[in-house]
Amino acid sequence: MRLLTTLGAAAIVASSIAGTASAKDIIIGMMCDRTGPTSVTGTALCPGYHDYINLVNSKGGVMGNKLVAHEIDHEYKVPPAVEAYQTYKAEGAVLVSPYGTPMVYALVQKMREDKIPGTSAGFGSAAAGNGERYPYMFPIAASYWSQAAAAVQFAKDKLGGSLKGKKIAYIYYDNPAGREGLPVLEKLAPKEGFEYREFAVPPPGIEMGPQVLDITRRYRADFVIAQLFGRAPSVALKEFKRAGFPLEKIVGFVWAGSEGDIQAAGGWEAAEGYNTIQFAGVGSDYPVLQEIRDMYKANGSEDPSAMKYTAYYNRGVFQAAVHVAAIENAVKAKGGSGDITGENVRDGFYEIKDFTLGGLLPPLEITRQDHEGGGWVRIFKVGKTGYVAETDWFRAFRPEVVELLAEEEKAK
Amino acid sequence: MLHRESGFYKTDYKSDMGLYRLPISRFAAFGMLVLFFAVAPLVLSEYHLTLLSLVAIAVVGALGLNILLGYTGQLSIGHAAFMSVGAYTAANLANNFDLPFLITLPAGGLMAAAVGVMVGVPSLRIKGVYLAIATLAAQFIIEWIINHSPSISGGVQASIEVDRPTLLGVKLDQPAELYYFLLIVAVIAIIATQNLIRSRIGRAFIAIRDQDIAAEIIGISVFKYKLYAFAISSFYAGVTGVLYTYYLGIASYEQFQLGVSIDYLAMIIIGGLGSVLGSVLGAFFVTLLPIGIRLAMEEIGTRFVEHDVLAQVISQLRQILFGVLIIVFLIVEPDGLNRLWINIRNYFRVWPFSY
Repeated sequence: MRLLTTLGAAAIVASSIAGTASAKDIIIGMMCDRTGPTSVTGTALCPGYHDYINLVNSKGGVMGNKLVAHEIDHEYKVPPAVEAYQTYKAEGAVLVSPYGTPMVYALVQKMREDKIPGTSAGFGSAAAGNGERYPYMFPIAASYWSQAAAAVQFAKDKLGGSLKGKKIAYIYYDNPAGREGLPVLEKLAPKEGFEYREFAVPPPGIEMGPQVLDITRRYRADFVIAQLFGRAPSVALKEFKRAGFPLEKIVGFVWAGSEGDIQAAGGWEAAEGYNTIQFAGVGSDYPVLQEIRDMYKANGSEDPSAMKYTAYYNRGVFQAAVHVAAIENAVKAKGGSGDITGENVRDGFYEIKDFTLGGLLPPLEITRQDHEGGGWVRIFKVGKTGYVAETDWFRAFRPEVVELLAEEEKAK
Repeated sequence: MLHRESGFYKTDYKSDMGLYRLPISRFAAFGMLVLFFAVAPLVLSEYHLTLLSLVAIAVVGALGLNILLGYTGQLSIGHAAFMSVGAYTAANLANNFDLPFLITLPAGGLMAAAVGVMVGVPSLRIKGVYLAIATLAAQFIIEWIINHSPSISGGVQASIEVDRPTLLGVKLDQPAELYYFLLIVAVIAIIATQNLIRSRIGRAFIAIRDQDIAAEIIGISVFKYKLYAFAISSFYAGVTGVLYTYYLGIASYEQFQLGVSIDYLAMIIIGGLGSVLGSVLGAFFVTLLPIGIRLAMEEIGTRFVEHDVLAQVISQLRQILFGVLIIVFLIVEPDGLNRLWINIRNYFRVWPFSY
């Protein structure tokens, strides 16, 4: 009997592997990381994505065509991501959204071969913004290079308009992504006349007392640029606070400034003054978020709990919105037919114009050369109870960043 | 009248040393080869071939770890690091010297074996969990070195893009071609392991695992064979890394972090320590079970709720279910899937006269 049960269980698993879903709608393959090491992001980002898709569908979809976002959780592991991608391909997805740098790397070649476009907002190398080299990968958000350039510009503005003779500390999580801001600093330092020093935080980044003391006591930095992930941002904030360093003089990259990080650092009051770079607007004061709340109200349910974590939730909305915009352009080009291909959607990305959803999105301008969309960021400061916008959407030192891209291309 | 065998009866040493203990295993092995080489690519879609390709890669890695842990009894949790050594070796050779995979594949394995021998040195003095910690250190050291040596890792991104493998001028970029490429390597790995285990070296490994002092007394050089085990196991790991590199088109150290080492440990523990078939079954199980659970839950769940609501539940439930199933399988059969299979086989061998 026990044997039969085991065999039966095996048969069920086997038969379910054999069966694949079928649908006639426009399918988006959406990878997610609700579990695994980065789950703190996925649990807020993915609901945001679905909510926007549902909102579009509740208004009749894209010119009458229903959108289906098929989510697969890959636990931030590469083999499941490859499997998920193949599922999407078999289902006829016209757009995929790989989640996480290793997964983006693992899929970029396949996507080019299969002509299925994808986005990688916030992941992968800055070089992926080069549309000629990666015709089917769209980072759509500011790369770490653009963020570093923006951070330098921000420091310049905060330090009275000039960086002559100033000292900038770059504290980073010691992995490839963490180091990625360095070439920009290297390029800008002689131009702007500042000096900088790098301070590596070894993974897992929960111990950085020595680095912070080094920055505040020995190096005596005028400004700190922090490129940290995971638990590291909150630890850094606590350490800087303990060292008596003004948090107003710290700016963190895009994965170092979510509500979760601020809560872990002791709450809004404790982290007050800290500046965070964002590629999607934070806070809940956007018309599109109100529409989502209204949609929930109309269904008679409460606001989703993930909505509280606006930094990541809004990024989910941001990604979904750009995806939908690209698909909409593809459908329009086909005269309203939902029968579109990956290539159509890729071309749809280039047609995205004047689409900001009331300030949630930057004024993206995706071109065939520049898949980064211009490298726009916005800096928000941690206020007493929530984020306060410090700047409008802006980008800085764009020629230098583009120059770096060209150098990178030549080196290959 | 249907004739059935009634036990293993061998009358000479030659047949006792045979690769197949029974005629039926020869037929079964041949049938499997036909199934995977001829039938599968014809019948299966690209999606299912991808799954089999991922399994084939995992099989090679699991066999390597099983040689070390299952046969020689040396615990290693640095298996993924050896994969990264192989991956970067092959990527650098392929890109800088334009070498074909026929050279980069063994080269990646040999480099990993060389590093593996170095890591294996502590095993001469320490055992069990102590050795586990030493190999854990190796995992972090190798990761750190790759991460901080642009000459190895190909620059600040620590990732090297590699073109698809070519064989006789044909670029293997179709799913079926890649599948064959991976399958052939996996089959070679299986046959090699099967034979290794029956050889003097394999028997020495087993003797060391069972009782290393006794092994030394009967004349086995523990020093030599422990390092052999590390070298061979790391060779397999290196080859696995090369396969990943060619299959994904990129070598990136982020694909070979500690979690991957643990996954491979899980494979061989679930599959069965000290068993070739167990390694294969474990690779299938760990690779496919999460997918199977997801598909089954999607199939059932979408009848009741919308997909996006379901997605929140699935990913959490899948983790729980995966963990529970592993525990259940190990409670039902602590010796792994291999033993489960042997039980099934023995049950049907005497069926219907089980008493």
